[in-house]
Amino acid sequence: MATLSPTLASGDLTSGRLPKFTVPVAIVASLALGYVLASVLGGGNLALATLLAFVIYLVGIEIAARIVEGARQASDHRARNLIVGAFVLALVPLGSVSWEAISKGLARFDATYFSNSMRNVVGEGGGAAHAIYGTLWVTGMASLISVPIGLMTAIYLAEYGGRNRLSKAITFFVDVMTGVPSIVAGLFAYALMSLVFGPGTKNGFSGAIALSVLMIPVVVRSCEELLRLVPNELREASYALGVPKWVTIVRVVIPTAVSGLVSGIILAVARVIGETAPLLIAAGFTASVNNNLFANPMMTLPVFVYDSYAHPGTDIQAYTDRAWAGALTLILIVMVLNLVGRLIARRFAPKTGR
Amino acid sequence: MTDTPTGQQDTAVGGPAQPVAGLTGRRRPGEAVFRGVATGAGILILLILMLVAGFLVFQGSPALFADPAKLASQGYGEFAAWVLPYAFGTVWAAVLALALAVPVAIGIALFISHYAPRRLAQPLGYVIDLLAAVPSVVFGLWGSLVLAPAVFPLYKWLNENMGWFPLFSGRYSGTGRTILTAAIVLATMVLPIVTSLCREVFLQAPRLHEEAALALGATRWEMIKMAVLPFARPGIIAAVMLGLGRALGETMAVTMVLSGTRNITFLLLTSENPNTIAATIAQNFPEASGLKTSQLIAAGLVLFLITLVVNMIARWIVARRAEYSGAN
Amino acid sequence: MKIKPFAAAALVTATALAFAGCASNETSAAGSTSASGGSQTLTGVGSSAQKAAQEKWVATFQTANPAITVNYSPDGSGAGRTQFIAGAANFAGSDRPLKDEEMGAGTFAGCAADSSALNLPVYISPIAVIFNVDGVKDLTFDTDTIAGIFSGKITKWNDAAIAKTNPGVTLPDANITAVHRGDDSGTTNNFTDTLNKTSPTVWTQPAADTFPADFGGEAASGTSGVIQAVSGGSNTIGYADASAAKDLGKASILVNGKALQPTAEAAASILDHSKTVAGRDANDLAYTLDRTSEGVYPAVLVSYAIVCQTYKDAAVGALVRDYLGYIASADGQSAAATAAGSAPLSTALQAKVKTAVASIK
Repeated sequence: MATLSPTLASGDLTSGRLPKFTVPVAIVASLALGYVLASVLGGGNLALATLLAFVIYLVGIEIAARIVEGARQASDHRARNLIVGAFVLALVPLGSVSWEAISKGLARFDATYFSNSMRNVVGEGGGAAHAIYGTLWVTGMASLISVPIGLMTAIYLAEYGGRNRLSKAITFFVDVMTGVPSIVAGLFAYALMSLVFGPGTKNGFSGAIALSVLMIPVVVRSCEELLRLVPNELREASYALGVPKWVTIVRVVIPTAVSGLVSGIILAVARVIGETAPLLIAAGFTASVNNNLFANPMMTLPVFVYDSYAHPGTDIQAYTDRAWAGALTLILIVMVLNLVGRLIARRFAPKTGR
Repeated sequence: MTDTPTGQQDTAVGGPAQPVAGLTGRRRPGEAVFRGVATGAGILILLILMLVAGFLVFQGSPALFADPAKLASQGYGEFAAWVLPYAFGTVWAAVLALALAVPVAIGIALFISHYAPRRLAQPLGYVIDLLAAVPSVVFGLWGSLVLAPAVFPLYKWLNENMGWFPLFSGRYSGTGRTILTAAIVLATMVLPIVTSLCREVFLQAPRLHEEAALALGATRWEMIKMAVLPFARPGIIAAVMLGLGRALGETMAVTMVLSGTRNITFLLLTSENPNTIAATIAQNFPEASGLKTSQLIAAGLVLFLITLVVNMIARWIVARRAEYSGAN
Repeated sequence: MKIKPFAAAALVTATALAFAGCASNETSAAGSTSASGGSQTLTGVGSSAQKAAQEKWVATFQTANPAITVNYSPDGSGAGRTQFIAGAANFAGSDRPLKDEEMGAGTFAGCAADSSALNLPVYISPIAVIFNVDGVKDLTFDTDTIAGIFSGKITKWNDAAIAKTNPGVTLPDANITAVHRGDDSGTTNNFTDTLNKTSPTVWTQPAADTFPADFGGEAASGTSGVIQAVSGGSNTIGYADASAAKDLGKASILVNGKALQPTAEAAASILDHSKTVAGRDANDLAYTLDRTSEGVYPAVLVSYAIVCQTYKDAAVGALVRDYLGYIASADGQSAAATAAGSAPLSTALQAKVKTAVASIK
């Protein structure tokens, strides 16, 4: 090719590149330097050493790239390093939380923990059975309230509302509702139940109402989004066959979106199951199993964790161990719910052709 | 309640298709019931929210209108002066948390969308999303029992060696439970929300623009600067606002981690940190009665208003962006 | 509607789980508490300071009476009083007795119309000044020094005022981080009352549930928050229930030249030196604490059970009588002393409380 300018000869395209071994060598070198520096400066603090190593690595690669490859490539390197660094940095708290929860939670993660309540237990022993059942009851009830309301609202917004004033208002206020601080929801449920059933009423149902206030907007948002993804051709085909609109929604639109709807709902459940503050105020506190949503306080797992942390008896270790085991249980429940939601979503992922 | 044909024509392009009313027969009882239930559900939500707001105003009003002298003797003192430091603490902690979280979140989102190998990207996204699902009480436990003791030496070092920097000055706290620690915990909690929203936006950046930039010889970072970030800016801002909303309302983690008092200060490492509204309510509600309860609930109203404003701004930005992308 | 079967299935699973699940440590009688069977529930709300003791009392009482469930919810004294007045709690645990203006027939929804309330001391605990200072195991303070530290006037551990009462102790040249309760609490009230009574020149603020914000210092939420802040931090000092402060250093307080540790004996004697509030029913045992007497550890928390003289529901009255009768007994008090580290009521006081409890209808 005659038009190829001599400066762009094939050698030049690859020339001025750092050799491939630069990165691993630089990592090892900067880590070593960082640790040496840290032990001189700050008494061998591990976090400080890693931070120093990262800075040294950044500066080193920057200088090397600038000399060998030029300014543009150097800034590309810098951006890449910062982005990867951000990712690693974010893994630190996640790793730390998981590690602490697992290592400290396993101390009491035993059969007694899941089969016993705290009734008549002082100090060691006992378990969180009452709290686990309570969490299932309260969250189940909250879902029973929120799912129909949320789903029907989503249907209204996606299928009926169009862009009329009511649907605009609903969309806006659903957004507002996502911003309701959880403790305010708890205060609301407590005051409402006090008004209806007499002062100081604390029971599982009250907790379920508080959770519903938090859960409904999440359900509406995700369900609306998913209903809008259903292709219009399906609706049109159904109408063309003379099927009424509501039957179309029930038999065509919802089945098409069902996997996404289910996973959206499960994610919403996962979002509220760990709420502490509203349940502390609304559902109350007990040491015994209570399977009646409508009478007497009901213990829930987050409240159990908080209470074990905040009001330990004299044998503090036993209470802290139970708190961590409760935290681990809570994380596991939420993780399983998340996984189930995602599996369902993936399983039915192709939304057309059904 | 009844469909008018003109009304259906008016619905936006791209909205769901509507059956022709005359053909489907508008008097079917099933249709009317179903539509009624759907509309009713929507109205119910509005009612619930009105109830929440109405209850806040009703229960909080004694504190808002009471005689300041009475508030001083039976409550926590004059309302505006009392709530201001907490409102400041709420916003300050949330802003700090976002200042820490947003750069990291954008980094992670870019890593997942543009840097990580495709096979790695999805599980990585899942791992980050898991953080969003970890209950706040767990973060509280972690923050107070693990993080605070761990960062204390760093704080001491920062205070002694970088005390000339205004934010790091003052007398360092001996416990590490400062507003900076609370902000780190909050940042960890909002990180996944901001990350997943940013990632979505980054993935939506027009592929053609990206490929064009790369074809012109841009490095990957230049491509991101030219083709991805300008496109994503409104989305990033909306994500930040949503994260802010979450950080403002967080209760349990802050309660367990922060040593908060009623104080307005920008210092990050001292013992006297401004407390947040949500944590103040959670801490004092059990012991409160009478006017104090009203005052705490009125503080809840203030928090509600702050989050409302933040949400409205986010909504407005998102709406503006929708207009722009529609014009493109 | 494929969604409904799924939700229903989930609910059924949850229900089945919950019904299958009576905790194995609960008898069948206890398991059916919630169902409106023959079993009874007694609800107490109040002081978190009493929590450990109540836990032990509840456990022993329930073991002896398997058909009864007692829920003691440690929401706080204020919540306890409010809910008792509203009739939502059968009894309240409170770190202070009801004031005169809060008493009176007809003000309590759960009590009979002509009945007022009774304040009965059930739980006495010394408040320890706890510290975590590098290389220091024992410290002694006079109350002026304590007031100086917590009001922010003394800021270094090697301050002359501290050194004076601690000869031979190597004090570090380090900042003092003084930790106080950030939430309102009876512990703060009793602690600030102590400082106000014993060194009024330094501690110029009156006793209050809220720690005075002007004095600064580091706030922590709840007793456990204070304990963790003090033990997790370095060169820290705080105040908390002595029973919760297990492994931490507890300072001695100089009273008239005598160093007193926060022991049960030193604390319990305070009620023998104090007088009941005048003008009340003979069975009402609300005390005004005298913190300046000889040989008495001044920082003491006395927590009360607040009950009706006559309950609207006689069955509830009988339950409360039985439960409080156990609490006030020698057995109940010594059980709390071992489980919660509280100071048992003196024998004379036990007798008084017992008489008062027997009068509950």
